[in-house]
Amino acid sequence: MTLHPMIAALRKHKAGVVLIALQIALTLAIVCNAVFIIYARVQNVQRPTGLDESNLFMITQQWVGAPNGDDPASIQKLDAMMNEDISALRSMPDVESVTPINSLPLFPSSWNGAMSLKPGAELRAGNARTTYYFGDENLMKTLGLHLIAGRNFTAADVTNKGFRDPSEANLVIITKPLADKLFPNSDAVGKVVYLDGSSTPSTVIGEVERLQVPSVSSWASSFVWNSTIEPVRLNSNFSRYAVRTKPGRLDDVMRAVPSKLYAVNPMRVLDDDSVKSFKDIRAEAYRADIGMAVLMGVICLILLAVTAAGIVGLTSFWVGQRHRQIGVRRALGARKIDILHYFQLENLMIAGGGAVVGVALAVGLNRLLMSKFEMESMPAYYVLVGLAVVVTLGQIAVFVPARRASNVPPVVATRAA
Amino acid sequence: MLGYYFDLAIRSLKRSPGLTALMILIVGFGVAASMTSYSVFRAVSGDPIPWKSSRLFVPQIDMWGPKGRLDATNNNDPPDAMDYLDATALMRDHRGKYQSAMYRVSPSIVPPDAHMHPINVGGHAVYSEFFAMLDVPFKYGSAWAADSDAQRAAVVVINAKLNQKLFGGNNSVGKTLDIDGKDYRIVGVLDNWTPKPVYYDVVNTGGFTADQEDVFLPFTRAIDVDMQNDGNTNCSEIPKGSGFVGLQQSSCVWISYMVELDDKAAVSSYKNYLDGYFNDQKASGRFNWPLNNRLRDLPAWLESEHVVPSDTKISLVVALGLLIACLVNTAGLLLAKFLRRSSEIGVRRALGAPRMAIYTQFLVEAGTVGLTGGVLGLLLTWIGIHGISWVLPKEIASLARVDLNLLALTLAVAIIATMLAGLYPTFRASRVQPALQLKTN
Repeated sequence: MTLHPMIAALRKHKAGVVLIALQIALTLAIVCNAVFIIYARVQNVQRPTGLDESNLFMITQQWVGAPNGDDPASIQKLDAMMNEDISALRSMPDVESVTPINSLPLFPSSWNGAMSLKPGAELRAGNARTTYYFGDENLMKTLGLHLIAGRNFTAADVTNKGFRDPSEANLVIITKPLADKLFPNSDAVGKVVYLDGSSTPSTVIGEVERLQVPSVSSWASSFVWNSTIEPVRLNSNFSRYAVRTKPGRLDDVMRAVPSKLYAVNPMRVLDDDSVKSFKDIRAEAYRADIGMAVLMGVICLILLAVTAAGIVGLTSFWVGQRHRQIGVRRALGARKIDILHYFQLENLMIAGGGAVVGVALAVGLNRLLMSKFEMESMPAYYVLVGLAVVVTLGQIAVFVPARRASNVPPVVATRAA
Repeated sequence: MLGYYFDLAIRSLKRSPGLTALMILIVGFGVAASMTSYSVFRAVSGDPIPWKSSRLFVPQIDMWGPKGRLDATNNNDPPDAMDYLDATALMRDHRGKYQSAMYRVSPSIVPPDAHMHPINVGGHAVYSEFFAMLDVPFKYGSAWAADSDAQRAAVVVINAKLNQKLFGGNNSVGKTLDIDGKDYRIVGVLDNWTPKPVYYDVVNTGGFTADQEDVFLPFTRAIDVDMQNDGNTNCSEIPKGSGFVGLQQSSCVWISYMVELDDKAAVSSYKNYLDGYFNDQKASGRFNWPLNNRLRDLPAWLESEHVVPSDTKISLVVALGLLIACLVNTAGLLLAKFLRRSSEIGVRRALGAPRMAIYTQFLVEAGTVGLTGGVLGLLLTWIGIHGISWVLPKEIASLARVDLNLLALTLAVAIIATMLAGLYPTFRASRVQPALQLKTN
């Protein structure tokens, strides 16, 4: 079949052709970018935190009328209160492990700084940015972290300090990505580092495989695996505890926590948000990402459906319009399959033309989103897959009207219009 | 005549129900998707205090210098909050009409009802002028007097929700409230004041937050009793001293600041004052870098802090793209539909109908499709807004809502957009040559 008569026919209704092609171009541009956004969000949500997330929950509580934690006596008082809580929690049945902690991955509270290889460096210009987790010797076990080098903290390593005490711990455990950044050519364990521009050294005693920083915002994306663990109980008028329960006992333990802690000391705040499973922490952290992915998915579905429906509608119209011509072709010896192929090929040409424009539009939209909203650059295969998808969509959509066209009987040619 | 055209449009649309339904669906979905996204965008980008936002300013002082700049993306902007030293110095100099330094607090409250456990509340430590500056509405009582700031008085203003919870909504002015173990006298109850974004302190709240603003107490008092700040603390160097006092002596920033300046003269004289303040500090040896202050009005400030989540903007862009795609589609279908009636047009033209009449007739038809699509769009937008609340972050989900403006806008967008889509098909229809059509038939 030569293309010449087809092109001649298309030129007869330029406007319709241009509109379908434009529609396909827009669809391609929007769907590619939307799917790219979905992919980025899903990837974000699926990355493991490094924790064993099941059977884990966190308690945030605040003491009423507690000392301010600015002088040594009140710090010791706060530390005693914290230890009372911890031993009460540890004594609960079905509790496997408890650690005081300042935050958890995906929890919206974080303590960030920088680590340097030299003393007294500018805080913001250290060798690597990092987030800090403060806990005791049970932190590794409670969070389910994998120690891959060196050793864990012992009870004797653990100290306590006021929340706003700027002094740094002597010992730290860091994550592998942070270790690799600081010491690309050697083992980090046993090395000395300086935290936050401090002039006192801290020694790296262990390395964990993976531990995500708390923040999931874009500002933390440059150091998302750079975590440092310090063997310190932070004393303030509030405290947090991470608790691991025996498998399957999470809900029961969580329900029992408030009365247990009120029994230790009733002058404290424990509200609806105070006892939170890690599952809920995760859900809240990624709610925006999942919401965005759902929204983009819905928009893609609507758009693809609208485009397909539009192709069906317009092709149906053309089939109706060319009813007589089809009859003439059939009468002159064209087979049904020739008529079917004619419309399929016609659609392929229009969709192909539209898709070429669409590729340019898709890249343009991606550039626009990149320049305005911190989007990543979209890989080329998205556009190519998108191109295949819209062309296939066009073929599927055109099939029904094209088949109807192929069923036009040759006898139509002999009838008056 | 319009009534007649409307009648014609209905007849014509009834003649091809499939195509008509398709166009209505396409317009409905396109409008609903864009309106749903727009409703979220509108909710988060609106001016929180439109009658006054151009007179509220946020001063920024470069107390860190170039070494405090973490990356190059923030246009060399100075820190977006203040340290204690500069915030209190600006308060002392008192050069604006109204001004307030403020920081977020999250104290505990022991309810007067002894059966209730202590609760945690959110709020701000502010100066007395805060309330007049932001036109904060009071249900009972009023702000504390200016001399309470100086006296570090134990007074508090509470919000309506907390008043409901603790005092059943009754006038609690004059009653005592236990905050962090100390007694405060309630001087005012707000009339459910919950501006979104929390524009007076976006630095410590992120603008949109699910946290409540329950209590407002004197800044000076909060400092006096060591009430710790609950927002962000950013440092360019580690504080030398320990504790809350160490923080107050450091260059760490954690305090928000807002000032009301009523006219251009006031703005320029405040700018001069800020520059003079910086230069004095520089002369005294505290800074050794060039002047780099900012004084943004509230809209510019919210923009520079990226208060509108970028997800919301991306959704809006993508949804508008969807709307355009739907309109292109509708234009194609309308074109097909109109040109199919070339012979009808030919007859009308031959009988003396001017082009204008053809124009009107087909635009009325396009508008009818738009109106019907718009009604469907209303329903789908309503579903969309309720559906989207399920997937948005909590603090934003509650803000997107359906109101009369949105409904009117949905209809208007549907009708206008469909008529725009119908322009070219109508133009083509009006160009139909009557002679040609009559001949071929």
